[in-house]
Amino acid sequence: MTDVLGIVLKRLGLGVLTLLVISILIFFAVELLPGDIAQAVLGQGATEENLKAMREQLGLNEPAVWRYLQWLAGAIQGDFGSSLISQKPVTETIAPRFANTLFLASYAAVIAVPVAIILGVIVALLRESIFDRVANVTTLTSISSPEFFLGYILILYLAVKNPWFPAIASLSDDMTFLELLNRTFLPALTMVLVVVAHMMRMTRASIINLLASPYIEMARLKGTPAWKVIVKHALPNAWAPIINVVALNLAYLITGVVLVEVVFVYPGIGQLLVDSVTKRDFPVVQACCLIFAATFILLNLAADVGAILTNPRLRHPK
Amino acid sequence: MSDNNRDDLIDRMAAEAKRGRLSRRDFMHYAIAAGVTASGASGLWTSKAALAAPKRGGIFKVGVHDKNTSDQMDPGKYAAVGEIQLAHAHRSYLTEITPENGLGPDMALEWTATPDAKVWTFKLNTKATFHNGKKFTPEDAIASLNHHRGEKTTSAAKPLLAAVTDIKAMGDDTIVVELSQGFADLPWVLTDYHLVMLPANADGTVDWESGIGAGPYKITKNDPGVGTSLVRHDGWHREGAYFDEIEMIQLNDPNARQTSLLTGGVNAVTQIDLKTAALMGRNPNIAIDDVPSGSAITLPMFTDVAPFDNNDVRLALKYAIDRNDIIEKIMFGRASAGNDFHVSPGMPYFPADIPQREYDPEKAKFHLKQAGMDSLSVSLSAADSVLPGAVDMCVLYAEHAKKAGIEIKVVREPSDGYWSDVWLKKPFVFVKWGARPTPDNMFTLAYKDDAAWNESHWQNERFNELLLQAKAEIDQERRAAMYHEMCMIARDEGGTVIPMFTNFTYARTKDVAHGPNLASSWELDGGRAYHRWWFA
Repeated sequence: MTDVLGIVLKRLGLGVLTLLVISILIFFAVELLPGDIAQAVLGQGATEENLKAMREQLGLNEPAVWRYLQWLAGAIQGDFGSSLISQKPVTETIAPRFANTLFLASYAAVIAVPVAIILGVIVALLRESIFDRVANVTTLTSISSPEFFLGYILILYLAVKNPWFPAIASLSDDMTFLELLNRTFLPALTMVLVVVAHMMRMTRASIINLLASPYIEMARLKGTPAWKVIVKHALPNAWAPIINVVALNLAYLITGVVLVEVVFVYPGIGQLLVDSVTKRDFPVVQACCLIFAATFILLNLAADVGAILTNPRLRHPK
Repeated sequence: MSDNNRDDLIDRMAAEAKRGRLSRRDFMHYAIAAGVTASGASGLWTSKAALAAPKRGGIFKVGVHDKNTSDQMDPGKYAAVGEIQLAHAHRSYLTEITPENGLGPDMALEWTATPDAKVWTFKLNTKATFHNGKKFTPEDAIASLNHHRGEKTTSAAKPLLAAVTDIKAMGDDTIVVELSQGFADLPWVLTDYHLVMLPANADGTVDWESGIGAGPYKITKNDPGVGTSLVRHDGWHREGAYFDEIEMIQLNDPNARQTSLLTGGVNAVTQIDLKTAALMGRNPNIAIDDVPSGSAITLPMFTDVAPFDNNDVRLALKYAIDRNDIIEKIMFGRASAGNDFHVSPGMPYFPADIPQREYDPEKAKFHLKQAGMDSLSVSLSAADSVLPGAVDMCVLYAEHAKKAGIEIKVVREPSDGYWSDVWLKKPFVFVKWGARPTPDNMFTLAYKDDAAWNESHWQNERFNELLLQAKAEIDQERRAAMYHEMCMIARDEGGTVIPMFTNFTYARTKDVAHGPNLASSWELDGGRAYHRWWFA
């Protein structure tokens, strides 16, 4: 196990370095955007005087590099600064939104991952059958349509024409867990439809890839039933690529939900990020982007560790 | 007569009846003529026409557009629709725009001015209290107005109060406002959405951070980016506030607003998509309110930059636009035509007798010739964030202008940074203005020679002279005559094409009722649906 631990530590170190580079990129990208926060907030109501007063209050007259270093000094000590607009600490602004995003992502993942893998195994088993074709066409159609379009279709049929689920996913504090599941069902279903195809097809492909191997032939010659060949013999060796795709899709569930949030008015982190970018609220933009970056880094790491654990050969690279 | 037409007719008759212009007898007569049975008409009279007394109770859920995570409580920085709507629900102003678009009392009961309009006295409503129980005093009023004055203020309302030199308390229920020049419109300006009354701190600043106001509802939970919940402020100083609770939900996506209104998720929305408004109107449970507003679309040209420095070129561009076509195709009929002066029909002193400028390619060609040109090529900048369909409107204008030998190149500008990098920077651009209460207010902001927002760089001696005179003129008739002349000058010599004044088009479920008139200053009855409307 120590070798795995070593890899994890090394990757985490690299991850921190990546985050640092990303924070620099984001800071200067926000700087490059036309207009600053004072102009964005005051909009049409900006005059030279109130722009000046506001820039002074927010400390925008300092050079950009100095402002970045100030932020960095705070961030290293765990202080990500305060939103320039609400003056509230960034962590306080982001935490409830991030919790919502995580909830929706987990809700979708809990449905999508098992469905995708089981479907993948079934279509591998019944490959080239009608079921295989139908499953492929349906999932490919859903992944090929933009998320907001899928969302609108679901709203039309499951909320407006047949009032089974609420059309908007606005949350309140006094909801029971069941109400919460009901209220967020449509956005979760949209995301499930978006991610299932990728995972399902990877499962199918990597299983079918293995079916030509001699040991599968052997299993079949022994007289093992087809489903057992796949589940017991093929699947364990197919895990590595599947885990990779699952991890990528989990990351997407967290970072790629802006459109779904807009369509269903779900108070997640994507909406917050878009709002903050338009208002040039740098500390919030920075924190959101770092969370997204960290999500990718951690999930990729988890995928690699998972792949290594399921395949002893990878643990001892030559 | 189709059912749709008939329902429409009945609705209009009912509206007439509510205004008192149609008696029960006439209503019955016409309704039966329109194919309704006698008992049916009688039922319609009671359900639609007879003015039901407002009832108390219920939770009013509103889907609000342009409500954002970045919304905040400092009234000097109010800009978004969400902030303006919330401001009218939980805070109060000294004066208000009434449903009839007149001026009415709010936290000030009455006001008088000296004949030169340089000193104004406002008598405050001593019954008014803040949500924490504190009584409203002159000190609060003074501190609230001073929040927008002085060197250090970041308020966007600073120019509105630029002429104010001092504000003093007189006794415990009156404030006196002194100005450097006569200003007859001061009570109107005090309805501006920035100028809310806030509790004063001991040092003369105001407490805007806590969200405590003196409005009809107090905030119980505010989650920027999600929504705001409010409950009735018992002991509010006015009639109304019929709903027990208000829930404002951020619904920025037009589709989300529409579906949640259709599925009963909200009782009203602040804006509906014009493209689908007609379809929504067919739903028997939905009522659409279409209110002509003072919000103008302007196309200012820099009058000190060639070719716009030639008035004939400006006139050619004014004649080369087909306003009715634009209103029909871009706004689906929900706008009223502009006449190249920035006074809307809803404003006081509107000069109704000035003839409407029509689309006339021949006249445009004539003016081009006067300017010594055969053809003209200009660029017009626009962005869809200013008004959905802005770029389309400009393209349509370009088509109209082609017939007059004018080529308009439409430049789609990035939405981001439009106000800082395009407006006031490029010579010919697309602008949308929020409604302002009076002609003086509008002219001072954007047409006065030295105004920071003089978007057409327009310098007209007579116009500016009249502006100063009218500002201090208390005699209504003389004042109206001055504005009439100014509108004519702006129309024929100004640097701004004004295609139209947009409507506010919003919707509610039919169980929500309101009075016969709706204020045209903001969405939802001037942002005051929260205390004026009720559940039928």
